[in-house]
Amino acid sequence: MIRYLVQRLAQGLVVIALMSFVIYGLIGLMPGDPIDLMISSNPRLTSADAERLRAVYGLDRPLVERYGSWAAAALGGDFGYSRGFSRPVLDVLGPRLANTAALMLSAFVLALTIGLPAGIVAAARPGGGVDTTINFLCFVAVSVPTFWLALLMIMLFSVTLGWLPASGISTPGAEGLLDTLTHLILPVATLAIVEAGAYARYMRAAMIEALRQDWVRTARAKGASGLRVVVAHALRNAMIPVVTIMALSLGGLFSGALITETMFAYPGMGKLIFDAVMGNDYNLALVALLFATVLTLAGNLLADLAYVALDLRISLGARAEAGTAR
Amino acid sequence: MNAFRRPLPLAALIVLAALAALALGAPLIAAALGQDPTAADLLQRYQPPSAAHPLGTDEIGRDVLLRLLYGGRISLLVGLTAALIAAVIGAAIGVVAGYFGGRFDALLMRVTDGVIALPILPLLIVLAAVDLSKLGLPADIVQSETVSLYRIVAITALVGWTTVARLVRGATLALRAREFVRAAVALGARPLRVMVVHILPNAMSPIVVATALAVGQIILFESVLSFLGLGIQPPLPSWGNMLSNAQEVIWAAPMLAVYPGLLILFTVAACNLLGDALQEAFDPRRTMKR
Repeated sequence: MIRYLVQRLAQGLVVIALMSFVIYGLIGLMPGDPIDLMISSNPRLTSADAERLRAVYGLDRPLVERYGSWAAAALGGDFGYSRGFSRPVLDVLGPRLANTAALMLSAFVLALTIGLPAGIVAAARPGGGVDTTINFLCFVAVSVPTFWLALLMIMLFSVTLGWLPASGISTPGAEGLLDTLTHLILPVATLAIVEAGAYARYMRAAMIEALRQDWVRTARAKGASGLRVVVAHALRNAMIPVVTIMALSLGGLFSGALITETMFAYPGMGKLIFDAVMGNDYNLALVALLFATVLTLAGNLLADLAYVALDLRISLGARAEAGTAR
Repeated sequence: MNAFRRPLPLAALIVLAALAALALGAPLIAAALGQDPTAADLLQRYQPPSAAHPLGTDEIGRDVLLRLLYGGRISLLVGLTAALIAAVIGAAIGVVAGYFGGRFDALLMRVTDGVIALPILPLLIVLAAVDLSKLGLPADIVQSETVSLYRIVAITALVGWTTVARLVRGATLALRAREFVRAAVALGARPLRVMVVHILPNAMSPIVVATALAVGQIILFESVLSFLGLGIQPPLPSWGNMLSNAQEVIWAAPMLAVYPGLLILFTVAACNLLGDALQEAFDPRRTMKR
């Protein structure tokens, strides 16, 4: 178990190092550069000044060298300043990260509570009326463009009915827990609808596969009740592939969060990345995108560990290994 | 094919064929209506549906139906082209990984897993914002009107190949052990020939399934990027950038925000249904489950 964990962590670190280099290179390819921006704000700078400034800031050095010094500073905890906010990047990221976590976690939990039972119910009688209905709804959910769904939600619940706020995270002058929750409803619902469709489809496929297995037939033959067969025998085995796929869907969940945050003007990481890219805030875009990647990969690692915990075959092997090591 | 005896996959096929026919025939429909999809007419803004404008007109008096059809041309073109390019990249990576195996395979598959796990949309946003002149592309290409089209095809293909790669690798691993492949190797066929002539043709079914599903995914990515102003650039219409115009005039003309979204939904749902149906048709074991 320990060896597996160390191996996975090492792998993750390599991927993160690679990704940080790729992202660093990409951000450097965005339009303009910091010196251009200085020149545009100060007309007295000449092109000779620009060359000198490039040398001072090290922008004339090759990419690998620049990345090296950036990475060294970043490892020391210095992620630089955000141009748009005029504050250290980490100070800007902190609250946004908390907001995104609130949005993603609520949407994830809601999607699971809708999606998994729907998938299980659908799998109980494949091809039946309930299954067909759930299947149809899932197809709509996974095919609908998230931003359009958000647009429809705003049109219906904010504009026509006037029940819920269309944007932001709080009403000025009326802040409070209830106010925050009210602002969360539409973004969370939008994100959860899209994700629930995907989860229900995974769950359904895995349950149908599990219900076909011999041990399920054996359990039925020895007289276990239908519910017990589904929950104790099939569900536990069906959860293994579902957990893996859900881990891989974390990146997709973040992509969905970016769309919902942008649509509902919700101040989270996704909207921050989008605004930073659009506003040429290089440092902020770089660090925010890197954070999002690291968090996604960390989530994958956690899910892998959950997989080990769920799957007796792997954990037994690991326990045997740990036994010989002792 | 059996898959199309059931009503839903058949409906999906009909929807896609109809959309493709309408998009291809857009110039004919424009001629029949006597309208020009790019002609703005500020005296004819927000017209209700009429004989001349079957779906009315938009905020600067352009015909909505024709804009939708021309937008469909772009969206379908992007989806199909990018999915095909992605399929070629994925098949190449998958067959090479599966054929040579070992550390090489492990490396390629770790890369594939890495790409699958990434938050794709933020990455696409950065890719879409890249200044092409910094990549050394000549200025006349960078400033041309269709560059946004090529760019979106390139970047969506760049992230869309992973499913094909995994499926082709799996198929290659199975095929590599089969007699006809071993016979070809024993007869002295070189690896490239074995892969192209003997393995890939037998791995077509997973490629077709994954490509059908990729078309839907790529149309979704294209629409959201265009909606955010990073994809297809006006005056070229796409369903995504039509929605971004519509959002600004949502009070005056809510239906402008409904049509393009419905078309995206129908197209993507049809691709997904088709992919699922093909998967069942190609894989009898899975068909039995239903």
